[in-house]
Amino acid sequence: MTGGDRPFDPFAAPGALTPAGAAPIVRLLGIHKYFGSNHVLRGCTLEVYPSETICIIGRSGSGKSTLLRCANFLEEPSSGTVEIDAIRVDADPLHSRSRHHREQIRQLRMRAQMVFQEFNLFPHLRVIDNLIEAPVRVKGVPRAQAIATAEKFLDKVGLRDKRDEFPGRLSGGQKQRVAIARALTMEPKVLLFDEPTSALDPTLVGEVLTVMEELAHEGATMLVVTHEMAFAKEAADRVYFIEEGEFAEAGPPEQVIDAPRDERTQRFLARFTKLT
Amino acid sequence: MADAMARQPGTDPFGLAPNAIVGQIAQSRRRARVRFTLLFVLTWLVLVGGLGLLIASSGRVHPDFIAEYTPFFLGGIPLTIFVSVASIFFAVFFALIGALGRISVIAPVYATATLYVSLVRGTPLIVQIFFIYAALPQFGIVLPALVAGVFALSFNYGAYMTEIFRAGIQAIPRGQLEAASALGMTDWQRMRRIILPQAIRIVIPAIGNEFIAMIKDSALVSFVALQELFWRTRTVGSAQFRSFETLIFAAVVYWVLTIIFSLFQERLEKQMAESDRRL
Repeated sequence: MTGGDRPFDPFAAPGALTPAGAAPIVRLLGIHKYFGSNHVLRGCTLEVYPSETICIIGRSGSGKSTLLRCANFLEEPSSGTVEIDAIRVDADPLHSRSRHHREQIRQLRMRAQMVFQEFNLFPHLRVIDNLIEAPVRVKGVPRAQAIATAEKFLDKVGLRDKRDEFPGRLSGGQKQRVAIARALTMEPKVLLFDEPTSALDPTLVGEVLTVMEELAHEGATMLVVTHEMAFAKEAADRVYFIEEGEFAEAGPPEQVIDAPRDERTQRFLARFTKLT
Repeated sequence: MADAMARQPGTDPFGLAPNAIVGQIAQSRRRARVRFTLLFVLTWLVLVGGLGLLIASSGRVHPDFIAEYTPFFLGGIPLTIFVSVASIFFAVFFALIGALGRISVIAPVYATATLYVSLVRGTPLIVQIFFIYAALPQFGIVLPALVAGVFALSFNYGAYMTEIFRAGIQAIPRGQLEAASALGMTDWQRMRRIILPQAIRIVIPAIGNEFIAMIKDSALVSFVALQELFWRTRTVGSAQFRSFETLIFAAVVYWVLTIIFSLFQERLEKQMAESDRRL
């Protein structure tokens, strides 16, 4: 499977839904990140093929969220390269404010929409306006068309009737589903989920995971940082286990979660099953 | 056992039905609230009434004089309110620009905004008013009194409100910025569409406070010969050697005006708190 011009990646293997011979749509190459002198990411390389769902698991503080935030440059990596849908951006922390660099990052972000742990809906805008804000302002989609698209995705997450509510009136689970719909309206090449159920009341986790599973099975390309092992098992094509800023193990969920080979993965999962 | 106790009133602390005690507590709280309000009103009546009697018994208040000039004095209120409203309007404009400057990462922009705030807050308002009205004409810049007065007040208040606006902008959670960035919005779109609308909601109560302060400070524009409330009372008072009555008159009118706008503001804040429940 490894093409000639692709860098060495011991873990890459397209998922079942990926068309044969497809090239990766997301590449994180050698991502390093320092916070001060704290070396948080130590050279992470990861490729996502079209229609794949990839879960990144690991302890708190292992760097998994930071890695995801590096993928759309909410954190500028200290070094490394991100490539999404042929937009290739090299980390350039010394010139992070330069006009060219920022425009590159913006192009990247339009192709990789993020769903946050804390939802981050815009509280002053109604649900429908939350959804059309970016398509209209950023992509220049005509308003009527943006509304039609937004309503389609609200249907998809089952919240069409909340169209004219303000976010504050929604439950946590509903907020997160709206946030997913908002990400979808930008029609991204990949969805980045940053612990999307961690801020939710346990009774509300299910409705969000159901939406995510549907998306995964419909062939959306997803990169998911999560603690939900059941979701990873059910929806992921591949699972990456990250420890101290490095991938310790990667592979299909049956391997990484059910029969981990790496000792660190085993220790993590042992503690995890004890906790849940 | 519990049943036996319940049937013997006097030995059982819970002899009353729970509902009854809840009702009694609510009633006694209600009574305490009513008593407090009554005492409050009574104390005010005594104090204000006593003060009024003291003033009346001074023998310096001539009802005929007051009656004669009341229409003239009250005729200054529209200008007082107009100056205050216009000044707060332009002050918001100055404050918005000032606040954007104060959060700018571009050094000259930040420096200019900081200088504006420092200079204006560090010099007396009355000096600024006179400067614009009396010093600028030496350079051939002659502003009409109204323009000079409104400009001076709004420029001054804009500096104070710059810091209010800056705090409002910085109070918006980081996640809002991140979400807007992640959607691909530019810096300006983020500010204009996401941050400012939320920040302005936060600072509206503070703008209300500034407006009430502005009503009082608008008296200072009487020094540029704007014939608002204070100018009228001062002019008549000093011409007829009746400053005692006229100043008390002015004070009472300002007081009433600020009370009226405070009530407005209270209502506005209550409404906003209500609509904030949806946030």
